[in-house]
Amino acid sequence: MQSYTKYSPELEYVLRIADNSLIMGHRVSEWCGHGPVLEQDIALTNIALDLLGQSRMYLQYAAELMGGEETEDSLAFLRDAMQFRNCLLVERPNGDFAHTMVRSFLFDSFHYFFTKELLNSSDKRLKDIAEKSLKEITYHRKFSAEWTIRLGDGTEESHNRMQNAVDELWPYKGELTHPDSLDKKMAKKGVGVDLKKIEPMVGEFVGQIMDRAGLKTPQDVYMHRGGKEGTHSEHLGFILAEMQFMQRAYPGQKW
Amino acid sequence: MTTETSMLDKFEEKIRKEIKIEPRDWMPEKYRKTLVRQISQHAHSEIVGMLPEGNWITRAPSMRRKVALLAKVQDEAGHGLYLYSAAETLGTTRKEMTDDLHTGKAKYSSIFNYPSLTWADIGAIGWLVDGAAIMNQVMLCRTSYGPYARAMVRICKEESFHQRQGYEIMLTLARGSEEQKAMAQDALNRWWWPSLMMFGPPDHESKHTAQSMAWKIKRKTNDELRQQFVDATVPQAKLIGLKIPDSDLKWNEEKGSYDFGEIDWDEFWNVVKGNGPCNKERLNARVKASEKGQWVREAAAAFAEKQNQRKAKKEQVA
Repeated sequence: MQSYTKYSPELEYVLRIADNSLIMGHRVSEWCGHGPVLEQDIALTNIALDLLGQSRMYLQYAAELMGGEETEDSLAFLRDAMQFRNCLLVERPNGDFAHTMVRSFLFDSFHYFFTKELLNSSDKRLKDIAEKSLKEITYHRKFSAEWTIRLGDGTEESHNRMQNAVDELWPYKGELTHPDSLDKKMAKKGVGVDLKKIEPMVGEFVGQIMDRAGLKTPQDVYMHRGGKEGTHSEHLGFILAEMQFMQRAYPGQKW
Repeated sequence: MTTETSMLDKFEEKIRKEIKIEPRDWMPEKYRKTLVRQISQHAHSEIVGMLPEGNWITRAPSMRRKVALLAKVQDEAGHGLYLYSAAETLGTTRKEMTDDLHTGKAKYSSIFNYPSLTWADIGAIGWLVDGAAIMNQVMLCRTSYGPYARAMVRICKEESFHQRQGYEIMLTLARGSEEQKAMAQDALNRWWWPSLMMFGPPDHESKHTAQSMAWKIKRKTNDELRQQFVDATVPQAKLIGLKIPDSDLKWNEEKGSYDFGEIDWDEFWNVVKGNGPCNKERLNARVKASEKGQWVREAAAAFAEKQNQRKAKKEQVA
């Protein structure tokens, strides 16, 4: 395992995309067997499967970029928290079904426009993966948007739970579309997505759905950042403790 | 009375002629009850069975295994869904069935009251538990009630894939490090006997077997299926160098099958009665999922109602 003190910009960028799907997929997979309705249990598991499948394609690409002994598994199971590059939103705990749906809704809204733009990447591999995953992500966005409307406009209790989840998760929305120097650099190179371009698209879609759900958009919220650069919340450490247990307890074995 | 008798004759003739009984056909009340009990119990087993395996999704040792396990557990949920639908054709709602599960009135397979302690348990569950389930399910593909038989055909295809997947996990461990081999053997030691118990009490003690065989709900007895499972599984264990934890196990040339040791039926009944290592956790997990989902289901129903009203209003205006 090489040290991760220095990632090339390309690698860093691929890991950002990979880790978003990996950690989001992990969180959604925690629902398996515990969903509110059997049909929703199946749907959530399906979404987790899609996300983990996507993360594998990106991680395999990242491993190739790194060369040497790296594999999707060494990247998923042997990096520590500061080497992960996912946004803070995806590591938020599941909470109740409202929290999970709002987190999915915010992430999927971003993920959809991001992946759609990634179809124009000059990096053929990224473009191919985006092509393979867009259909899935389109379904994820439809699912979480529909549930946002249904629960926002359902009963008083469901509405309150949704508004509460929106208020709690909104501060993690900004990081998704806020470009840092790497985002700008990769967009300029034609490899990455211009976040400034998709920001209004994401905003418009989220706004429309929030209106239909009768949910209030929080105003003047401080936006947390740091995940993309490797500064995470305390939650990630526990996710990794669980996710990496086997590879850490039994180093170097085949499963 | 005469009509009832003639309907019974007709029903029995269908059974005799191997014609499937369909939802709208007349059937004896006891046949219906037996099926609802058996199919719902089967559905509950699929759903509760998601828990010991679901346990390891977030801890699976590789990405490939993680995705395969997640897909497997999702299949179980799907099987639960087919089976609830099959049982609903007999006039019992899914809610009634799940309520019975949550109050402890309905049973599910006792095997899921055992804990999954290491990664090897995921291999052992696939290999042995799904392997034992298949013996039963292959037989049920020919069961006399149409919707149940058809659900089983779909389920069997997926289950045999799960069984191979579980065996492949065990094979990988058995060929791995000393630690991995020990992990595999430990899992086999813990899951072997409970897997044999999955077929239910011995024939002479089984209160449902005779009637179920007469109605062709079942085609083989508990003991026949158990023997079939032992005969299929022992060579598989040998092939990967694992030892079946039974000192009485030996090939019987005359019988053309294996003799095996006495099953501890006290343990079986103890677990059935609620004293297995995980009975309370498993049921609590299901009850909790249902209670925590209550507001979601209510909201979905309220929203659907609002949508209908809006639609009706629109139509009125138009």
